[in-house]
Amino acid sequence: MSAAPTVVPGAADRVHPAAVAGAVPAGVPAGVPAAATRPASRAPSRRTRAGGVVRRLGARALGAVGVLWGAATLTFLALVLIPGDIAYAIVGGPDANPSPEVLAQVRAEYGLDRPVAEQYGAYLLRLATGDLGTSYRFHAPVTQLIGEQVGPTVVLAASAAVVAVLGAVAVALATAGRRPAVRGPVSGIELVLASLPSFWLGIVLLTVFSFTLGWFPAIGGEGWRGLVLPTLTLALPLGAVLAQVARSAVEEVLEEPFVVTARARGLSDAAVRVRHVLRHTLVPLTTMTGFVVGGLFGGAVITETLFNRAGLGRLLLSAVNAKDMPVVLGLVLLSAAVYVVINLVVDATYPLIDPRLRRTS
Amino acid sequence: MSAPTSVASTTGVPITASTTSSPPARVAGRPAAPVPPPTPSTAPAVRVEDLRIAFGRGPARREVVHGVSFDVARGECLALVGESGSGKSVTARSLVGLTGRDAQVRARTLALGGTDLLRFGERDWRRLRGGDVGLVLQDALVSLDPVRPVGGEIDEALRLHTDLTRAQRAERVVELLEHVGVPDPAVRARQLPHQLSGGLRQRALIAGALAGEPDLLVADEPTTALDVTVQAQVLDLLARLRDEGRTLLVISHDLAVVSHLADRVAVLQDGRIVETGPTAQVLGDPQHPYTRRLLAAVPAEHARGTRLSAPPVGPEASAPDAPIAADRRPVPRHPVGEVVARLDGVARTFPGPDGQPRVAVRDVSFDLRAGETLGIVGESGSGKTTTARILLGLTEPTAGTVEVHGRSWAGLTPRERRALRRDVQVVHQDPLSSFDPRHTVGRILADALGVAGVPRSRRRARSVQLLQQVGLGVEHLDRRPRRLSGGQRQRVAIARALAPRPRIVVCDEPVSALDVSVQAQVLDLLADVQAETGVAYVFISHDLGVIHHVSDRVLVMTDGEVVEHGDVADVFTAPQHPYTRRLVAAIPRIGDPTSATAAPTTTDRTAR
Repeated sequence: MSAAPTVVPGAADRVHPAAVAGAVPAGVPAGVPAAATRPASRAPSRRTRAGGVVRRLGARALGAVGVLWGAATLTFLALVLIPGDIAYAIVGGPDANPSPEVLAQVRAEYGLDRPVAEQYGAYLLRLATGDLGTSYRFHAPVTQLIGEQVGPTVVLAASAAVVAVLGAVAVALATAGRRPAVRGPVSGIELVLASLPSFWLGIVLLTVFSFTLGWFPAIGGEGWRGLVLPTLTLALPLGAVLAQVARSAVEEVLEEPFVVTARARGLSDAAVRVRHVLRHTLVPLTTMTGFVVGGLFGGAVITETLFNRAGLGRLLLSAVNAKDMPVVLGLVLLSAAVYVVINLVVDATYPLIDPRLRRTS
Repeated sequence: MSAPTSVASTTGVPITASTTSSPPARVAGRPAAPVPPPTPSTAPAVRVEDLRIAFGRGPARREVVHGVSFDVARGECLALVGESGSGKSVTARSLVGLTGRDAQVRARTLALGGTDLLRFGERDWRRLRGGDVGLVLQDALVSLDPVRPVGGEIDEALRLHTDLTRAQRAERVVELLEHVGVPDPAVRARQLPHQLSGGLRQRALIAGALAGEPDLLVADEPTTALDVTVQAQVLDLLARLRDEGRTLLVISHDLAVVSHLADRVAVLQDGRIVETGPTAQVLGDPQHPYTRRLLAAVPAEHARGTRLSAPPVGPEASAPDAPIAADRRPVPRHPVGEVVARLDGVARTFPGPDGQPRVAVRDVSFDLRAGETLGIVGESGSGKTTTARILLGLTEPTAGTVEVHGRSWAGLTPRERRALRRDVQVVHQDPLSSFDPRHTVGRILADALGVAGVPRSRRRARSVQLLQQVGLGVEHLDRRPRRLSGGQRQRVAIARALAPRPRIVVCDEPVSALDVSVQAQVLDLLADVQAETGVAYVFISHDLGVIHHVSDRVLVMTDGEVVEHGDVADVFTAPQHPYTRRLVAAIPRIGDPTSATAAPTTTDRTAR
């Protein structure tokens, strides 16, 4: 998603959830996501007064609104600044040949003849009421268009996220701290997968599993069979990155003295990894997952196009091509909202993983 | 080793563990206390002959244990004593097969209760670990899984080594915690390690090691990270377990700690046992020069005002045949001079996480005179370090006044503060983290000299001079901190502190991370520097032996308050405040079998 905002207020404090209890994040949407780090793992759980909690939640909500506002403003600016006449887009795209009267009528109807600041104000006002506008091309409400297409994309993104996370955890737990002969090749494959352009990976998967082996349909396809290759196209690079993060986390935890204690109790290596190490690994992995899952939406554009699937990615691509700006704006805002929600979910997940971060007792 | 011996006695044939059946099912709900009387057997609990352990392969191969042999009889407590790198920990871990993947363990005999460990596969080891041998590591904060309740850790051992149901295990966890003297065991079982105090954590760790009812308990530095009163309680607990008939193998760097616990002591040096024998004999009449040096290096009252280390034949004087410090040469003293710093009614509160102010330090007053050493002693959280930071002008007191050379930090401009800071320097516990690892020693010293206003052209010469003053040489100028030993690093830290020719040096646990012989050298060095320059020390330590050795006067702090303040001899021989008395009573002393027992504040005795 080219226009996806890089400003994520949740990310700044998300890196150190242990610190959140004390420090109230400023309501200013600032801070590019930093590298995934482990939260301060030995910080004691802290009690915060009710006032602190309210302040914290308020600040978080303000931050979320700030992100959405920033995203809306940026896309509005893009809309104003890009060359080309919107009125043309409304009346039928570059091939149309409308009369000046029609254009003038359209401009008046859509408020395009008014000053930019006024347009901006009207735009924000409409957004605040949940109105994303009307598509120039389909002459239908943007919310309705998104609603029609959101299903397949959610299914694809969710399955890709699940496959990527589970695969990454499994590979990391299985290979961390092993002989170089095991660890080296796996790590190498991950590096290649993480570096491949996803369209190329998709084409390779299509060639092998669809055209050559014929296991899965190449285009569209109903049910789970049609979902497999798009999911892999999205999940493999993602999972490869996550696996690298997870493995280094696992290896770090394997060095901890409590792992020796667990082994000294008679626990098998596999049990040590699953019962003790996994939980510690989930904290940095969750941080990283939060960053990359937001990006799945962008990946969906390519994947849905490549596999000719319906979904928000296709909708976005066609809207950009047709300069159907209300749809583009709506999707950008949706993307920003997804980022915000994922950040909140990630924040809420930490105390479930690490009981030291729980506020009470 | 209950399993193999019982099998062997019925068949009459000694068999190796790889063919033994699984350990006999434990009787559900059996009380923890007495170890079942083992079937009569001549095999000692532990037999190690010519143990050799090496790490790495090819040219990088490095043998760290060179032919160690020892036996531990049933119900006996053997202490393996040595400094870091002596191979004591890895020797102990070879008994549970946890030496690490790239370790190669060879031995003529490595047996537990007659079971040959050399043929063990991973499955055999797993049965042995926790079931036949319990391992207790140091510092339970990191040795217990920080995100699981302590009861869960004990439950895990029960699940592996008993047939108890879930409900029975939960009951047993509480029993075990109670057995090791944890009050409110049912509540504690549900808490996370960080919610327990250091002493309770260590008890919980021991409870986990006992869960599988092993006959042998291996304790690796079981009291090293603990405050002295807590240490005494944990030692009491270990002694009780020994008295219950368990075999104990204790690993420690601290001779005083093991002197009350161990029946026999084996002294390790560089991967070899140099001396072994009954505890009283080894500590009372040491035969090997290394043992004698170790004993001489222990700072305590008898060594007050004398040298702890051998005469300086080299910077780290560690040759095994070096003359021992038998001469106890007195350290020359610098006359005590005028007052260089004064704290008057100093207090400091910090906002707590719950919004309530927490008192870190309250009403601390003292004078510090040139050429003297003021010891500040107290357990963790007693306010020692906050007091030091207030003196250093790094933390502002919320009440009271601090004067250095008659000037108060409070009224100074930043520029004046910087000037005054040169006069008050600090040496930390871990110099590695206070040095930029990319800087060479030369750069570290030159930077400090630059701050002190020494012109660039003279910095190198002055650096060499400083290095010589702390017993290092010009060859160390180009080294980086990581390439230095712990003692050398601390010497560099002292040289850096001396660079601006300060009048006061705050030493915050400067020897706590060092081995006893290196500690002795650093303490001697500090005494030499003081005699030469007349610098005043504020010496902070939790180690009462060290404080006793270095100090002229002592402040005893607890909960942010000074409870006792006076001449070192008075405080240690005739402590007035009950807390000081408890503290002094808890000091483990070599050769005094009554001293390490804790003050009667523990629940140990009444637990069962």
